[in-house]
Amino acid sequence: MAVLVLAEHSNSALNDATGKVLSAALAFGGDVDILVAGENARPAAEAASKLAGVRKVLLADGAPYGKPVAEALEALIVPLMGAYDALFAPATTNGKNAAPRIAARLDVMQISEITAVIDKDTFERPIYAGNAILTVRSSDAKKIVTVRGTAFPAAGAGSGAPIETIAAPSGPFASKFVREELSKSDRPELASAKRIVSGGRALASSDQFQQYILPLADKLKAGVGASRAAVDAGYAPNDYQVGQTGKVVAPELYVAVGISGAIQHLAGMKDSKIIVAVNKDEEAPIFAVADFGLVGDLFKIVPELTEKL
Amino acid sequence: MKVLVPVKRVIDYNVRPRVKPDQTGVDLANVKMAMNPFCEIAIEEAVRLKEKGIATEIVVVSIGPAQAQETIRIGLAMGGDRGILVQTDARAEPLSVAKIIRAIAEEEKPGLIITGKQAIDDDNNQTGQMTAALLGWPQGTFASAVVKDGDKLMVTREVDGGLQTVELSTPAVVTTDLRLNEPRFASLPNIMKAKKKEIAIKSPADYGVDITPRLSVVKVTEPKKREAGEKVADVDTLISKLKSAGAI
Repeated sequence: MAVLVLAEHSNSALNDATGKVLSAALAFGGDVDILVAGENARPAAEAASKLAGVRKVLLADGAPYGKPVAEALEALIVPLMGAYDALFAPATTNGKNAAPRIAARLDVMQISEITAVIDKDTFERPIYAGNAILTVRSSDAKKIVTVRGTAFPAAGAGSGAPIETIAAPSGPFASKFVREELSKSDRPELASAKRIVSGGRALASSDQFQQYILPLADKLKAGVGASRAAVDAGYAPNDYQVGQTGKVVAPELYVAVGISGAIQHLAGMKDSKIIVAVNKDEEAPIFAVADFGLVGDLFKIVPELTEKL
Repeated sequence: MKVLVPVKRVIDYNVRPRVKPDQTGVDLANVKMAMNPFCEIAIEEAVRLKEKGIATEIVVVSIGPAQAQETIRIGLAMGGDRGILVQTDARAEPLSVAKIIRAIAEEEKPGLIITGKQAIDDDNNQTGQMTAALLGWPQGTFASAVVKDGDKLMVTREVDGGLQTVELSTPAVVTTDLRLNEPRFASLPNIMKAKKKEIAIKSPADYGVDITPRLSVVKVTEPKKREAGEKVADVDTLISKLKSAGAI
């Protein structure tokens, strides 16, 4: 049996999500290969080859794969799947974009965002925004799976797997990458941050979000998140959103500032190890999941906390 | 350009789902149902394209039980022109739904299919991508902006770390993210008018699609409960608690 893992990477570096997908694939079993599809992506392939448990790394290098559209990944991966029993892709926007196309072409019903591997056919995944956990058994011969990174451990260091260069279809494809506007930040990425400070609607403005949340995040060397209410109100950019329709995070420390704790927010952060809540409403639902709650005015508490840490 | 909008009837966004004691699923008896929020955004975007003179006709499609007609009616009240209900009481997985939409698209020949990026019940996030793959069409998923540029579509997508823009040839499939637009409420006169709009009732067999599920439900359980911790009196206590917990 053999499993292909789709790597998440930036060409020059491997994203932590890849190691977590690898851990899920190793729990599934069989020989595990990692596919690095990129442009000038040898550094990412080399990093992937140093993860424990990898049989070999496939490097598909070509211009369409620098910022690959789903159609390009489909053209690359569908033919490769003849040699594999399963594809494990990260549940990142990239993985979620491409994996269902590959599944449909192989006439396989994908299993999305798994949080546990029970056996070769059986997986656990959250449904209803994490309000229920589904154990599901697949009757498809091949498995196409996306993996929620926060549910699996990072991969260990290995002794170095061989890197095999494979041909990358050059297109043209029916869709084309045009441009990207990424938020520039020196802070840790939400998906992999060990600490996160998130702000909610109570911040009341974009200026105050920056004035109160960012210094605390800097002090804690934390990533910055936001509730949907804060994002919708324009206090924070959309990629800060933690929750059902935003990012699902599970850091060691999650500090929720002025966030009431709507179901959709809790769905995105309730697996954090330690949760701290600061809110002026002592009845706020966030306190029902917080390990440590502080009732009071965030505009006094947050500066004091930032100062004393 | 004709626009096809597949929509799903799901548990209302504001209802807390309850797992059935026998672990066979989530209890939907006597629970308020509504159009999937991402599908509402899809309808709204189609209606805006029609208001701009880009879309000529909006066909609202749903695959589901007889009651999914109500969901289609909402779409028609928001500005859809006619509906197609592919009626089934069976559980239709994204792969089956995508096959049915492909068959409808081959008949209707739309220039664009817009649908929600995921349904808030099963959280699969597959149907749009699968439909695009089966049709051999390009896709713009998780869209926060859709702009027609000649015979191309420029779709801005919400991706990890920011925004990405892709150029699609048409026909194409677009899936909606939350910030694409804010759906309108259907006015009473439009709700009355929608009652007269045509909804064709079909079955999966009419499209030659076998919807036998590939995935079987072993069980559905409650997630692990998180216990509430303690309220602390002040910042100093918080810091000392965090230190003793090893969090800082």
